[in-house]
Amino acid sequence: MKVRIKYTKSELLKFIGHLDVMRYFQKAVKRAGFDIAYSQGFSPHQLMSFAAPLALGVTSEGEYFDAEFHSVVSSDEFVRRFNEQMAAGMEVKAARLLPDDAKNSMSIVAASDYLITIRDEVPVDVKERFLAYVPHLLELDTIEVLKKTKKNEKIEDIKPGIYKVSVESYVSARELAGDPVGETASTANQYVDNIYANDKIYVLLATGSEYNLKPELIVQAICKEIGYEYNRFDYRIHRLETYMRNEKEQLVSLLETGTVIE
Amino acid sequence: MNHLALSDEILMEIEKPARYIGNEVNMVKKDLNDVDIRFCMCFPDVYEIGMSHLGIQILYDMFNRMDGVYCERVYSPWPDLDKIMREKHIPLFALETQDPIKNFDFLGITLQYEMCYTNVLQILDLSGIPIWSKDRTLDDPIVIGGGPCSYNPEPIADFFDAFYMGEGETRYEELFEVYRKMRADGSSREEILHAFSKVPGIYVPSMYEPSYNEDGTLASFNPIYEDVPRTITKEIVLDFDKAPYPEKPLVPYIKVTQDRVTLEIMRGCIRGCRFCQAGMIYRPTRQKNVETLKKYAYEMLHSSGHEEITLSSLSSSDYECLKDLTYFLIDDIGNDDVNISLPSLRIDSFALDVMKKVQDIKKSSLTFAPEAGTQRLRDVINKGLTEEVILRGSMEAFKGGWNKVKFYFMLGLPTETMEDAEGIPQLCEKVAEAYYTIPKEERNGKIKITASSSYFVPKPFTPFQWAPMLDPETYIERAHHVKDTFREQLNAKSMKYQYHDTYVSVLEGVLARGDRKLCQVLYDVYQAGGIFDAWTEFFDNDRWLQAFEKNGIVKEFYTTRERSVDELLPWDFIDIGVTKRFLIREWERARQEIVTPNCREKCSGCGAAKFGGGVCFEGKN
Repeated sequence: MKVRIKYTKSELLKFIGHLDVMRYFQKAVKRAGFDIAYSQGFSPHQLMSFAAPLALGVTSEGEYFDAEFHSVVSSDEFVRRFNEQMAAGMEVKAARLLPDDAKNSMSIVAASDYLITIRDEVPVDVKERFLAYVPHLLELDTIEVLKKTKKNEKIEDIKPGIYKVSVESYVSARELAGDPVGETASTANQYVDNIYANDKIYVLLATGSEYNLKPELIVQAICKEIGYEYNRFDYRIHRLETYMRNEKEQLVSLLETGTVIE
Repeated sequence: MNHLALSDEILMEIEKPARYIGNEVNMVKKDLNDVDIRFCMCFPDVYEIGMSHLGIQILYDMFNRMDGVYCERVYSPWPDLDKIMREKHIPLFALETQDPIKNFDFLGITLQYEMCYTNVLQILDLSGIPIWSKDRTLDDPIVIGGGPCSYNPEPIADFFDAFYMGEGETRYEELFEVYRKMRADGSSREEILHAFSKVPGIYVPSMYEPSYNEDGTLASFNPIYEDVPRTITKEIVLDFDKAPYPEKPLVPYIKVTQDRVTLEIMRGCIRGCRFCQAGMIYRPTRQKNVETLKKYAYEMLHSSGHEEITLSSLSSSDYECLKDLTYFLIDDIGNDDVNISLPSLRIDSFALDVMKKVQDIKKSSLTFAPEAGTQRLRDVINKGLTEEVILRGSMEAFKGGWNKVKFYFMLGLPTETMEDAEGIPQLCEKVAEAYYTIPKEERNGKIKITASSSYFVPKPFTPFQWAPMLDPETYIERAHHVKDTFREQLNAKSMKYQYHDTYVSVLEGVLARGDRKLCQVLYDVYQAGGIFDAWTEFFDNDRWLQAFEKNGIVKEFYTTRERSVDELLPWDFIDIGVTKRFLIREWERARQEIVTPNCREKCSGCGAAKFGGGVCFEGKN
């Protein structure tokens, strides 16, 4: 039985890399005593598949993995027993039973959205210029940035990968992410200060194996346009949610496929 | 903890930032309001190495069970972060609270190998603690050393306020009580250290003064106060089965060297190999009850989520309940989700049966540690392994499908000749030839033999503590000769040979049997930029040679000089139970090529029986 798990990764653990997060959950599954399935062969491994790798230094409240279990417990119990085993900074939010024919999360990821906060170290006037430019970004015909890979670097037009970009507060961004927080956003503070302030940049970007756009490229593009030198550490990046496309080609959260286990 | 000591900028710039953020699963958190002793435990090497060390896990767990004591951890910052911390004046911090180490009451440093000594100075320096003990004040932590290298603490004596001699499980509570009381009554640092020197097992270097003969040897080594003990007896845990054990081991995020549950099955070794320090200092051999270990296995796998479990001891094959424990692990614990990884066992039918069950024969190899190439030299070093046993074990394994063999040797052992050195390739050749006596259809392709030799370093508290270390030129010559002799063998193509680096071993030789005069050398090496000397990529022999020269130190005084048994040795003030008389007798027997039976065959009266436990009293209760 395949179960999709949603989890968060906060400030304290944002420097744990993707492979280490996978190892972390393998051990957490064992500690929680879940009945996970293993692959065949001489060195069996847990049948687990992670959705969209998160870059080092980025926090998130919309991370996913799928895992195959021989037997399952209720969604509530999954969440509770996982959270008994979590280190501070990691929290399991939901568990959904997937249909037998569900594709694994890694192959279906289509987009994810992020909230980008400009740090206080950036001069106020730059911050204002930055935020003022955001609504105009998609007016450009092409948005060219220098994309660096291990082997080479090339100029690339990233406009096709940007689905939305706007200035928002954390609360309004959550609404855009289809999961409003309302007045009870108690956990939000651990990711974003002043959750009602309209001074954050919301982006919805192509993510996944077909086309993957990193949020810092959008920041780079805006910096280029306003003539301010890009520095990775001037911005805090936080992933809100990870999406797939439904039958109607709409972007919906990865949780939409599954059902709550009673 | 709700903050990190390092900024995002720094953490993103350095390799493996997870080394520095703590917050691992099973990390202990305490309310500082309930804590009056803050202890920082340090392994002076990189996180991945330090986190794999069992001793620290044991003490971390034990300290944190104590009321009022909070034990945290620190490891050596890798050179990338070291540089940034110096530039930006960031003080070294503990992982748990991310607080500066300078604010702690104690900094405990485990000393597992000599080449980490420069890292000890790095830790002190980055913490903002004066490097020399004499320069510290009540505002600095008490710096206390422990671990195998503290059995000759003299080369680093001036950097430590105290050393804990022996096994950490026994005296810390007493030490903390003294500390609490004396901090409360306003005692000076000197008074506190003086009081520490009277706690059994605690050596306070500043309470002793060495004097030297004209030839540089030690003339005397005396306490400066009458109430300070002349000898320090090592501490050991007698009720080993009841000793605290970390049932909730820390689980690191990044892959560390030992990423598995470790069960310590036995402490000490009955064998008495004459080159082996561990075999002497951990005497008498004590075993854990097999039922206790089974319970730990379950609990630790469950609390850590590890998918592998292994056994730790100096010689697992000598653990009396090994069969019971191993089959329990294989049958009751091992399945899809738990791998059993066994340390090298003596190759016999039991070992082969077990290996067959837990390893892929195609990938695994047999391991032998004959240490020396000829029977004569193996008798000298008291290594019981014979050629016959190696050949018999190998043949049995070959018939079972194995075709890879690993051999560990040493070069430069006392009395070694060219003939002994040539014995290394010859022994490998015999094993290869034995393999090809098996009919082609019954064997598994070609044999692959890997042999390696290390450069023997004589260690304190072994029968070879008086022996000269082989000089590096002869060592290189001998190693080349072994390599050439390998090439001449019939099955040369199936054999690979490697020998260890020369100059690091020479320095190990200097430090292992060094005296207090070397403290200044270490200081100078560190000031010249020496850190991570245990790592080939950072080791710089010239830095050491310059420091020797500057201080008028002739390294051969420590390495290639043969010591007389009458010489006062820098570590003679330590009593490990095993007597000097026994070591002298063993040194004589070595040169007469006489083997000494192991503790279970026959007691040789080494002296360790005075502790009143372990193998010395097996079957006598």
